[in-house]
Amino acid sequence: MTSLAKDPAAPAIEVRDLHKYFGDNEVLKGIDFEVNNGHVVCVIGPSGSGKSTLLRCVNRLEEPTSGQIFVEGIDIVDPETDLNAVRSRIGMVFQSFNLFPHLTVMRNLTLAQQRVRKRGKAEAVEVARANLAKVGLEGKENAYPAHLSGGQQQRVAIARALSMNPDMMLFDEPTSALDPELVGDVLAVMKDLASEGMTMMVVTHEMGFAREVGDKLVFMDGGIIVEEGLPTAVLANPQHERTQAFLSKVL
Amino acid sequence: MKRSTKRRLTHLALYLLLGVVVVVLAVALDWPTVQRNFWADGLSGNWHDFITLGVVNTAKYTAIAFGGGFALALLLALMKLSPIAPYRWIATAYIEFFRGLPALIVILVMAFGVPIAFQWTPPGGTVGAGVIGLVMVAGAYMAETLRAGIQAVPKGQTEAAQSLGMSGFWTTVSVVLPQAFRIVIPPLTNEFVLLIKDTSLLSVVGMLPDQRELTSMARDFQASGPTAGTSTSLTQAALLYLIITLPLTRLVAWLESRQKRAR
Repeated sequence: MTSLAKDPAAPAIEVRDLHKYFGDNEVLKGIDFEVNNGHVVCVIGPSGSGKSTLLRCVNRLEEPTSGQIFVEGIDIVDPETDLNAVRSRIGMVFQSFNLFPHLTVMRNLTLAQQRVRKRGKAEAVEVARANLAKVGLEGKENAYPAHLSGGQQQRVAIARALSMNPDMMLFDEPTSALDPELVGDVLAVMKDLASEGMTMMVVTHEMGFAREVGDKLVFMDGGIIVEEGLPTAVLANPQHERTQAFLSKVL
Repeated sequence: MKRSTKRRLTHLALYLLLGVVVVVLAVALDWPTVQRNFWADGLSGNWHDFITLGVVNTAKYTAIAFGGGFALALLLALMKLSPIAPYRWIATAYIEFFRGLPALIVILVMAFGVPIAFQWTPPGGTVGAGVIGLVMVAGAYMAETLRAGIQAVPKGQTEAAQSLGMSGFWTTVSVVLPQAFRIVIPPLTNEFVLLIKDTSLLSVVGMLPDQRELTSMARDFQASGPTAGTSTSLTQAALLYLIITLPLTRLVAWLESRQKRAR
């Protein structure tokens, strides 16, 4: 049995020579990548570049074909690893929110706290209220997801992930499904999180967010990391011509 | 000829045809004989027994068949979606087998074959065994409905639960099944209506007097009681079935339209 004790010296996320095939299609062609504790790493790239697949491999929503992934020093590809325990320490926010539509906002936030963290109801409710306040949605406890706007739903989804007290957060294009006027609220919540020192891996098209908040920017194309570095440097002065071509289209 | 004139003439011809059929039937049929056979005493007899016993037993057999069938179907649906291949094979074989057989054959085998072959005394006698046969058939049909409902729950729901660290068990119980049940309420209500009607098949096995459901009671009243020698009791049973099933089929239509709007 692999130890579940986290190694404080290890990076939050460490990916080594990761390959992923969908059938015959190789979508990740040997990725080496890390996210340090307390850092915000933004991953950009054209659609089909493999950036979402990379993110989804980190909590094994996608099964890697080969390679190694360590989360806080724990090898998550090892079949002996308690995957649910590791996942409960990694918050994830999806492009399409994926709130539980049959449950109220409060129950969305308390369900996993009670089932996974084994918290009592009173404690779970207290944690949930604190996180709803944090994302600016006090008073929505009894609403159902369908009655909230997209921006509100995504903020509930962030609060749901935070209620597990995760060590890090994964964001998979969190603002891509939102109307433009709702993007700002979600980005503001994410900036708050970053300023509190949350470790974050963010797949995004929001270059402004990457520049302002990111500690590192990674550009992926065709299943490989083409270029990475300080966001200001990569955005202002991309070295690789594929990065230049991509940025000239989106900026 | 103008197209509108032609259409008007066609409609007129169709109405005339309908009128002719009605008139021919009214004249040609021997109405007193028809009425004596299907409508004796103005349908006044037998109601007390039909309602206090027949309707109650029909409801009872339907409830058992539906409840048992649902539990069996849930098990089969989860087996069919299991990552363990032999479970999938067993569930598929069961479902295909029982959907391929007439329910009447299953009821007869359960009521008369199985108790002798396996030295088994079924609870409730041959009727009880017949009801178990209905459970087995209903389970096979409902399993496919439930499987479709479970698969209609978006994959993102499972992923969200998994990303929170929830186990496969809690993901299924707290996230997937509650949403699947909502999706399958209209088709399951439909299944329920079919089962009400299928309980009439139980009338082929022998029943004690107080075990009789609507159809077997109607059969008895063809031979004895105030309407003996006529089929009036069949008319009565038919009316009672319709009183039960028609509101339910309207309910299914309403549920379906509501679900369509919600999407």
